[in-house]
Amino acid sequence: MTYAAAVGLGVLAGVLAGMFGVGGGILFVPTLVALGLTQVHAEATSLLAIIPVVLLGVWRHRRYGNVRWRSSITIGAASIGAAVAGAALAVSLPESVLRRLFAVLLLVTAAQIAWRARESA
Amino acid sequence: MPGFPSDLPDEGVTTQGNHLRSIGAVRLLLIGLVAGFFSAFFGVGGGVVIVPLLMLVGGYELRSATATSLGAIAITATAGVVVYAFHGDVQPVYAALVGVPATAGVIAGTALQQRLPVRTLSFLFAALLVGIAIRMLAE
Repeated sequence: MTYAAAVGLGVLAGVLAGMFGVGGGILFVPTLVALGLTQVHAEATSLLAIIPVVLLGVWRHRRYGNVRWRSSITIGAASIGAAVAGAALAVSLPESVLRRLFAVLLLVTAAQIAWRARESA
Repeated sequence: MPGFPSDLPDEGVTTQGNHLRSIGAVRLLLIGLVAGFFSAFFGVGGGVVIVPLLMLVGGYELRSATATSLGAIAITATAGVVVYAFHGDVQPVYAALVGVPATAGVIAGTALQQRLPVRTLSFLFAALLVGIAIRMLAE
């Protein structure tokens, strides 16, 4: 994977995130793994890359009044402790196990996107 | 909770008193717990968990579920980054390499959503994810 390809996949991840509300991290992680990062380093780095993307997304949705702030903040606050546990488990698992579980996540996400497309038809 | 006009249609409980309202808060907290674990464990935002839960459990429609999810993810991802940074796992240069182009992409994506056949693209996106998954499993 070249750096130019990684930049291209970054743009694609953003486009998909803007269109579907998912697709940032789910593409960042495989891209970073293809660049040579370990699964854990790719996941940690993906989370940092997500932050500017979601802030931009929130800013754009805010203008349409789509964001329910009380719910966002409640979910976000509750997630902090659980995020500590999730990261601790991820770093304690063997690399190969974590990678296979991520592949399962990709399949589940694919199914969900297809399901949403059927629902909205 | 006053002061957030956009919260008025929340779970349809605004006129039904404090008991149901508190159930709404408990549900949101549970969604947050699941999403936080999931997000940090997989290094993704967690929208794939939050959006369907807000729709199924909270009765949100897709647009407000997506927007509300994004707001939550800003907090969740920050918490995850801090934890991983303590382990020394975060690589900021690589984050910029994919994250900065993605900010341009997300603006294009939200604009394109209004103009392109999203349904067809959904199936292409799903097929791409299945392809990546098969490659990862085959390694």
